[in-house]
Amino acid sequence: MNKYIPVIGLEVHIELSTVSKMFCSCSALHFAKEPNTQVCPTCLGLPGAMPYPNKIAIKDVLKFGLATNSKVNKFSKFDRKHYMYPDLPKSYQISQYDLPFCINGKISLKSGKTINLRRIHLEEDTAKLQHYEDETGQYSLIDFNRSGVALCEMVTEPDFENVDDVIEFLKEIQLIVRYLGISQADMEKGSMRLEANLSLRPEKDSILPDYKIELKNINSFRFLEKALNYEIQRQADLLNKGVKVAQETRGFDQLKNTTFSQRIKEEAQDYRYFPEPDIPPFRFEDKFIFVIKSEIGEMPQEKRVRFANDYKIPQNYIEVLLSDKKRSEYFDKLAELDKKYSIGLNTIANLMVNKNLDQEYPEPELFIKKLLEITKKDYSTTDENTNAVYEVLHEFPKAVSDYNSGKGAVIGFLVGMVQKKLGGKGNPKVITDMLILNLKSPK
Amino acid sequence: MFTSVRTTQNALRNKKISVRDVVSHFLTKINEKNKDLNVFLTLNEDESYELAKKYDGLLKENPDQIFEKYPLLGCIVSFKDLFLTKGLRTTAGSKVLDSFIPPYSAKVVDKIKKAGAIIIGKTNCDAWAHGASGENSDFGPTLNPWNKAYVPGGSSSGSAVSVAAGFNHVSFGTDTGGSIRQPANFCGIYGLKPTYGSVSRYGVIAMASSLDTVGHFGNNISDIENVFKISSGVDLCDATLKDEDKKQKDNITVGIPKQYFEKGVDQVVSDKVHEAIKIFEKNNYKFKEVNLPNTKHAISVYYIIQPAEVCSNLGRYDGIRFGNPRNSFGAEAKRRIILGNFVLSSGYYDAYYKKATQVRTLIINELDKAFDEVDLLIAPVSPSQPFKLGEKVNDPLKMYLSDVLTVPANIAGIPGLSVPFGIHNGLSLGFQLMGPRFSEKLIFKMARDFESFTNYKFEPPKF
Repeated sequence: MNKYIPVIGLEVHIELSTVSKMFCSCSALHFAKEPNTQVCPTCLGLPGAMPYPNKIAIKDVLKFGLATNSKVNKFSKFDRKHYMYPDLPKSYQISQYDLPFCINGKISLKSGKTINLRRIHLEEDTAKLQHYEDETGQYSLIDFNRSGVALCEMVTEPDFENVDDVIEFLKEIQLIVRYLGISQADMEKGSMRLEANLSLRPEKDSILPDYKIELKNINSFRFLEKALNYEIQRQADLLNKGVKVAQETRGFDQLKNTTFSQRIKEEAQDYRYFPEPDIPPFRFEDKFIFVIKSEIGEMPQEKRVRFANDYKIPQNYIEVLLSDKKRSEYFDKLAELDKKYSIGLNTIANLMVNKNLDQEYPEPELFIKKLLEITKKDYSTTDENTNAVYEVLHEFPKAVSDYNSGKGAVIGFLVGMVQKKLGGKGNPKVITDMLILNLKSPK
Repeated sequence: MFTSVRTTQNALRNKKISVRDVVSHFLTKINEKNKDLNVFLTLNEDESYELAKKYDGLLKENPDQIFEKYPLLGCIVSFKDLFLTKGLRTTAGSKVLDSFIPPYSAKVVDKIKKAGAIIIGKTNCDAWAHGASGENSDFGPTLNPWNKAYVPGGSSSGSAVSVAAGFNHVSFGTDTGGSIRQPANFCGIYGLKPTYGSVSRYGVIAMASSLDTVGHFGNNISDIENVFKISSGVDLCDATLKDEDKKQKDNITVGIPKQYFEKGVDQVVSDKVHEAIKIFEKNNYKFKEVNLPNTKHAISVYYIIQPAEVCSNLGRYDGIRFGNPRNSFGAEAKRRIILGNFVLSSGYYDAYYKKATQVRTLIINELDKAFDEVDLLIAPVSPSQPFKLGEKVNDPLKMYLSDVLTVPANIAGIPGLSVPFGIHNGLSLGFQLMGPRFSEKLIFKMARDFESFTNYKFEPPKF
């Protein structure tokens, strides 16, 4: 049995949450809307209709590129990509070919591995086909509400070698997109769509395999994980039997947890790209790019580092808080308030993460108030704590040296002394943490 | 009284006639004579009379200021059947759309209507604007009013003839490779192809999007100029539009591009242009020969870029949501679809489409350089006078060469105006003026001067 290394690349489609569509002024909010109620000549592809580009969508893509360390193509353009399908009313999709808005991005994983982003481009979404069957037979209807919605496509290099990295990367991309506020990136609603290219190479051989399998139409991280794992095993079995893996597109069967063939790719389709003559090319000035860059707020990775350094709360708490930008901002406010009340950030984070207390109190002030009530304690302030700890450490040098020489139990005595000074109003957990920090720090 | 917009408006002001009289005058003539020439595919009679009633009411109420609000009041126009008109059939001259009723109107249609003009009908044209004779229309050819054995030029054949035959004041057409200037030249009237990006193309059925322009025909320069003031300008629907205006000047130097007078151009055609040059010179216009050696490549570039864009733009006519199935396409459209797909195919793209865009840049640069030396250019429009119906219809290459002197302006996006000048063997002659992008005003000035130098008055053909 040979050992194989997976070679995985990703294509991620993100539907931007702009108010209007990419090339017309129709509303872009199409989810669960009455079919064909948000349409106009442009997104219906009627004779004579023309595209008028949405500048906000272009800025959003540049933002996304800059937030993922990509290079902005200062000269960029749209192209027509031709293919015939009932969900594509013009018979071409306005997309970007050789000069996408952003190229050569990079995302670092926790392991330190870097994933390279080949390109990020902007295009228009297609209409939605709905397939039905009744006594008259099978038929399909087209809903054009989605037609022309701004769609951002990100393509990675085939840098992934295991499934965990794929999932970590995708969750990070989802987080970045949500932090930028450019999309809900909701997979159930289709505003984030995943495609993976997967093949296997022998462990000792660094040459890329001569085939690839496209996994398409997968609408959750969990299913993608299952599909990739199944597919890795399937391909390994075939290769071990000496069977050539056929180049094809495969889908995922959620009931059987297996992948199945959807389409055999004979030859690369010829999209007959050429520059979209109805939209003049773009020239981005350095100043324009600088302004967009300055509009990017704190990204998840920066927040991760700051929470760890400033708040010193456990990593698993940080991840939970980070996963929702609003919640992490809520926590920032609590941390600010806690400077006064010294409840302790671990306690607060715990109540958020494990008890969802923040859901009950939209205002951080009320959250703190409730917390003080629960503990029924009017805790001393940080300043009072600091003073008391400082005094105790100086008044009891023997206890300090005992602690430093390894007698950990002496901490109980020191806490008691501090409480005495505070008239019992200190939060034991906070005082303990503060003592430990100060006992260790002089060394 | 009905010849030009100005004379009609004066008569309306002086209460000699009503708007209803104007509409009735033209509709009567159309109903009587249209069958001889096959100009109109659809008439808009009911709305024309309704609007006439409305404007006559307004004229009674407020005769002084009404022309400020409606600068084109009393102006009767038609549109080539490539312009979408809400509720009024629009066919593109093709069987594919023979029963297509648009749910919206082109921006320029709305603008012209808002300015008070009355749209009297939709004119015949080569199907999808593919052609230089009008013979490619699926609704039969339009005939030349000067001699019905001859073609009126194309593809805006019906529009040109509607003005020449006195069926309306002004008619809108499109010019992708000469489709306004050449039929204007063949019908003895003015035809303006404006700068690419000056008039909105939104709602006009696209032929080749990087070359298409929206312009109009008239029988005098002042109508051409006044209508352009209304039709031009940016909107939020056509992203290629710009509001620009080149500076006016008094002492115009005009270039004579020698490549436009070389072999293939009939003697009678080039002699007439030189005759016009002499008249200008007598009136202190300066002329200078300019060298544009890349002109000869323009037609090759055009017949690569244009079909590429044509095949892309026609892809939506699949007969699923509107229109008839694809087998309703005529031979010329099929030819261009096949040619266009070929030049865009992988493996051929670099050799054809990409090379063509590179040569296009050379042609643009060469013209830009020429306009550093001269303000405008003067040249023949068509290499020959009108040809006979059927003469070139079986030889597409020969037909394509009719565009050889008009195509460069489309390649470069510059404006061109076809000016009528003289009759020979009962058929019209003329010349074209071209200028840098957004130099329309300068072109109008030169054409206006020519009208006064020659005491020009439109003499309609007898047919």
